[in-house]
Amino acid sequence: MELFFSQLLDGLSIGSVLLLAATGLAIVFGLMGVINLAHGEFLMLGAYVTFVVQGIFKPMGGILFELYFPIALVASFVVTALVGALLERTLIRQLYGRPLETLLATWGVSLVLIQLVRSVSTAMLIGILVAIALGWFAAKMLRTRFEEKLFLPYIVGLSWIGSSLIGIAFASWLSNIRPLASAWFGPRNIDVTAPKWLQGSWGKIAGIELPGIRIFIILLSAILLLATFWFLNKSVWGLRMRAVTQNRQMSNCLGIPTDKVDCITFALGSGLAGVAGAAITLLGSVGPNLGAAYIVSCFMVIVLGGVGNLLGTVLASFLLGIIQSVIGSGSLLIVFPNLPGSVKGFVEFFATTSMSLVLVFIFIIAFLQFRPNGMFPQKGRSVEN
Amino acid sequence: MKLLRSLFPWILLAVALFILPIILDDFRLNLFGRYFSLAITALAIDLIWGYTGLLSLGQGIFFALGGYAVAMYLMLNTPSEAGGNGIPKFFENYGVAELPFFWQPFWSPVVTLIALWLIPAIIAGLVGYLIFRNRIKGVYFSIITQAALMVFYHFFNGQQKLINGTNGLKTSTTELFGQLVGSPSLQEWLYRLTVVLLPVAFLICRYFTSGRFGDALIAIRDDELRLRFTGYNPVPFKTIVFIVAGALCGISGALYTVQSGIVSPQYMTISMSIEMVIWVAVGGRGTLIGPIIGAVLVNYLRSLVSEALPEMWLFVQGALFIFVVVLMPDGIYGWFKNGGFSRLLAAFGFATKTATYPQLDQDPGVLEEMSSTSGTKKL
Repeated sequence: MELFFSQLLDGLSIGSVLLLAATGLAIVFGLMGVINLAHGEFLMLGAYVTFVVQGIFKPMGGILFELYFPIALVASFVVTALVGALLERTLIRQLYGRPLETLLATWGVSLVLIQLVRSVSTAMLIGILVAIALGWFAAKMLRTRFEEKLFLPYIVGLSWIGSSLIGIAFASWLSNIRPLASAWFGPRNIDVTAPKWLQGSWGKIAGIELPGIRIFIILLSAILLLATFWFLNKSVWGLRMRAVTQNRQMSNCLGIPTDKVDCITFALGSGLAGVAGAAITLLGSVGPNLGAAYIVSCFMVIVLGGVGNLLGTVLASFLLGIIQSVIGSGSLLIVFPNLPGSVKGFVEFFATTSMSLVLVFIFIIAFLQFRPNGMFPQKGRSVEN
Repeated sequence: MKLLRSLFPWILLAVALFILPIILDDFRLNLFGRYFSLAITALAIDLIWGYTGLLSLGQGIFFALGGYAVAMYLMLNTPSEAGGNGIPKFFENYGVAELPFFWQPFWSPVVTLIALWLIPAIIAGLVGYLIFRNRIKGVYFSIITQAALMVFYHFFNGQQKLINGTNGLKTSTTELFGQLVGSPSLQEWLYRLTVVLLPVAFLICRYFTSGRFGDALIAIRDDELRLRFTGYNPVPFKTIVFIVAGALCGISGALYTVQSGIVSPQYMTISMSIEMVIWVAVGGRGTLIGPIIGAVLVNYLRSLVSEALPEMWLFVQGALFIFVVVLMPDGIYGWFKNGGFSRLLAAFGFATKTATYPQLDQDPGVLEEMSSTSGTKKL
């Protein structure tokens, strides 16, 4: 029974990481109808920001190092939120009203982010900055010089290509200098050491150890979720967000700046993913491919929970987390050793992490047959629903 | 000119069938064979995405299933691959003494040839029907198909005893007609087979996209609600087209497997399936030539970049996704078709002259014609 409960706790902590990530995704999806395939990469960015913050605090040692994790949480939220806002401003809003294309474009962004984390070095960063600066100035100059000429967009495009080539050339020239050329993170996994107060047990309840990390993650996501709930329901921008989610055109008519709302929502969703990424670093080592492992589970949460209701997201992510860890670990067999043959065979067949995903998917498809709009569908009068 | 136009596809086919095998070396020819087999997948995705508006991110399932069917047939019918019990060696490693029941039919070539498209079709039908009947569409459909893909990937990855798990099934060392499948002569014939099957797939897609059925598909893409209000049930249309696409992907996967020499769960990764979509987007969706161009072009680019700078490929691919989606939504073929090239020329001052209203009016030929038709035709 103890094992069962510790598995349950595992499931809850995985579920709460999923919850943080999926909440961000669900808010954005509810508001803009856009699925961000780069969301998993925001998790990864959050994890790497935590790694960087740890690297800064490590030499200080002592009590300061013990305190780095809360700072890392804030930093990962801020950095990923900024990246998210940038993504929304530059790319997502170009594709407004074309959700399928947005899906593909964000996948492109995720590929770039993965490779960027793998191979970013000082030389490369300088090269990128040079390219952006050159391209920016060239575009600006061309715009004033050839105003309203038909060929303007083509030559601006050409100038961007030219400046990126110059940037690449500059970066590869800089790579000859040894200290600038070495990759910051490299393709291998990185490890984050949890501060001492998180390691070990936080006491016992009814003879069951409470592992500090798991409890911390569960608490963290509970607090953040409450904060999000408060933000959506009590703050002015939350009110605007809900209004735009329900009826974009009408909100626009009533003077709500929908583009600002979009940007803030996207930043919030990305920021939540960043915090989830920071939490993941406590559970094990992380690598550039971290996002792929979580993103599909996040999608399943959204499909199961529906959009526009945080409660659905909460229930769905805990359900998935618990199914995955309780059935996937095979602890059911240990807890209930005397199952009848056929049930035992069934449980055994699905008793690996990957096979439990199969079970979850079958469950979701079956569930959708009864409630195609998730657990708590939004009520409305449009034909689409 | 008209004759040349009608002959053009045949000339292209003849070049691909007879000239390319002469001018290209074995390695390059094999690569082109792979590109052409992937082009069949691109056609299938165009059928469901370009024409019907269903963005499936899970076509890798059907692709890999076709590959597994043909790979297992080859494994079973190669004496050198057989272990102690007369079944492929890898089963011994996991202590499996008897061939699992679902592999039994694959001793027979006829069953295999049918199964490699029928099994993907059945699964596509099942998944498609269950999703479509609940009116799930758009982005929801995409992420459910992606989840389905992930599930199949995990299933195939985890089942060592049944399908050799992560390692996949190797076909390059198996035999067909007493020859090694990896041998250049057989590969050349497989290339020819692909070149012949690609136009067949093209014709199948043209059959489904023309006429009333094709109109219904386009109506589903453009306004499904309106179609429903007009009294049509979109579910059978969507299911049928999803089944056809699944079957085509199965055939494509089988062709790709025998030419690349292995089938493994890697064909079911998320990235592979999304890549398939970008071939269609680059070439031009909603046209049938576009996907073929896109598949060949993107994969050729991939080979080039991966050979020169392997770590750059993800950057190039990511940039391609963003570029095509934002700036070239109709793809290369669509851009040409919609007059993008002539607009480019016009922007730089090389506009082709078109007859405009006042000039047309002064044209003596037109004047003559106008008087002869006594003003019934308006210009």
